[in-house]
Amino acid sequence: MLLIACPNCGPRAQAEFTFERPLASIVTPTETLPDLIHKLFTRENPRGPSWELWRHTYGCAGWLKVHRDTHNHQISAVVRVDTETPS
Amino acid sequence: MQRYSALSLLRGGLNGQKSWQRAWRDPAPKSHYDVIIIGGGGHGLATAYYLAKVHGIRNVAVLERSWIGGGNTGRNTTIVRSNYRQPALHNLFEFSLKLWEGMSDDLNYNVMFSQRGAMFLGHSDSDMIRLAERGDAMRAAGIDAEFLTMDQLRKKLPLLDLSDRARYPIVGALNQPRGGTARHDAVAWGYARAADALGVDVIQNCEVLGIDRVGGRVTGVQTTRGPIGADRVGICVAGNSGQVAAMADLRLPIESHLLQAFVSEPVKPMIDMVIMSQSIHAYVSQSDKGEIVMGGDPDLYPTYSQRGRPDRIEGVAGQCIALFPALSRLRMLRSWAGTTDMSFDGSPIIGATPVEGLYLNGGWCYGGFKATPASGWTYAHTLAKGEPHALNAPFSLNRFETGATIDETGAGPMPHHR
Repeated sequence: MLLIACPNCGPRAQAEFTFERPLASIVTPTETLPDLIHKLFTRENPRGPSWELWRHTYGCAGWLKVHRDTHNHQISAVVRVDTETPS
Repeated sequence: MQRYSALSLLRGGLNGQKSWQRAWRDPAPKSHYDVIIIGGGGHGLATAYYLAKVHGIRNVAVLERSWIGGGNTGRNTTIVRSNYRQPALHNLFEFSLKLWEGMSDDLNYNVMFSQRGAMFLGHSDSDMIRLAERGDAMRAAGIDAEFLTMDQLRKKLPLLDLSDRARYPIVGALNQPRGGTARHDAVAWGYARAADALGVDVIQNCEVLGIDRVGGRVTGVQTTRGPIGADRVGICVAGNSGQVAAMADLRLPIESHLLQAFVSEPVKPMIDMVIMSQSIHAYVSQSDKGEIVMGGDPDLYPTYSQRGRPDRIEGVAGQCIALFPALSRLRMLRSWAGTTDMSFDGSPIIGATPVEGLYLNGGWCYGGFKATPASGWTYAHTLAKGEPHALNAPFSLNRFETGATIDETGAGPMPHHR
């Protein structure tokens, strides 16, 4: 199980968190159709580092951006959702 | 091919088991094949077998990066059923079930297919309405489905907690008597042996590193054992479809997730059917060795690690113990995990890609094992004819763009919400 360092609550077990989607797959109201298809369906699905949207559902309930490796599970950054991150 | 029979067993017993030949060859790759299948799991091997047997295309190679059947073919919970509601799905899986029924004879290999019945439990009135609709849809398509009352359940499964104070109260079930389990390793070995006998090269320890294209058309693959040319290439690597398709600059409507399963120590027969609950998502059966095989929800976040989270095991074990309280006495023997291709409507993809001569079979979510023969049959048809079989035509790669998704659970593009 992952240990995720919530910026509000400190390190907590993954069981308290829910994964939402890759950060690059957040749909905005102004998408073009090809962009929409890419974000909803043909996602990058990386085998390696990825920025993701998570929520500390059973903790502070805050939305978080998590930089996580999908192969070795290393987490290199957890920040609040209003923090600017490289895309 | 040395045929297996009661007589050959007897002969083996009399001569110290020295008369057995190897089950399939270990050929070096040729420089060119009519068709290359990437991935030596059950689906890839079945594809090669039906290419040779049904379509007469025998200049075929199956390239496997490690050993055959070492991926998801050996990591599933071996359940076979065709109890889907949507026609595109139950037609495909029922065709598959019919092939399962004749598979051991066809392959001359005992895949230990056991039609012990596979049932969905109902926990509420709304569950029963949903199951009734599903059963009606199946029977309208000529598939066996039967409602089980509490009295029938009590007779069939005396260890199931059917009391009023159960953690997950049970009010009935929808059973498919022809459903059951099979020995998953035997499926890979049986197809490999039968395909090999028809001239197919099954090449293990041969990882594909690149897909060669000239002018938008596939010409072959680069591998750890050198370049191999091909007229047509079929990707069949569910779990890693995105990684292999990326070699041809394709992005797939697939996210890679992780599904766990685990078994208890072996015990005498206590659960002689496959029991599933869609409401709590757990499923339980007993293997022929006597182990109780359990599984449930995936880990609900994308990963390629093949390492599961322990709280999922705890949760699923808790659900199974709630259904069968006697399971609390058993010790767990081992657990494992597999990487699954989660497609964005929960249904597989079998068909052409935008690259000419390159085809894709993947996106099986966590329901690929039962489809093994139909997947191979329809994929072989697609690779041989260059166009889909009627059964896999709905499962095209472009259905996500056109909106023709086949979403049995109605969850939308949310692999982790299924």
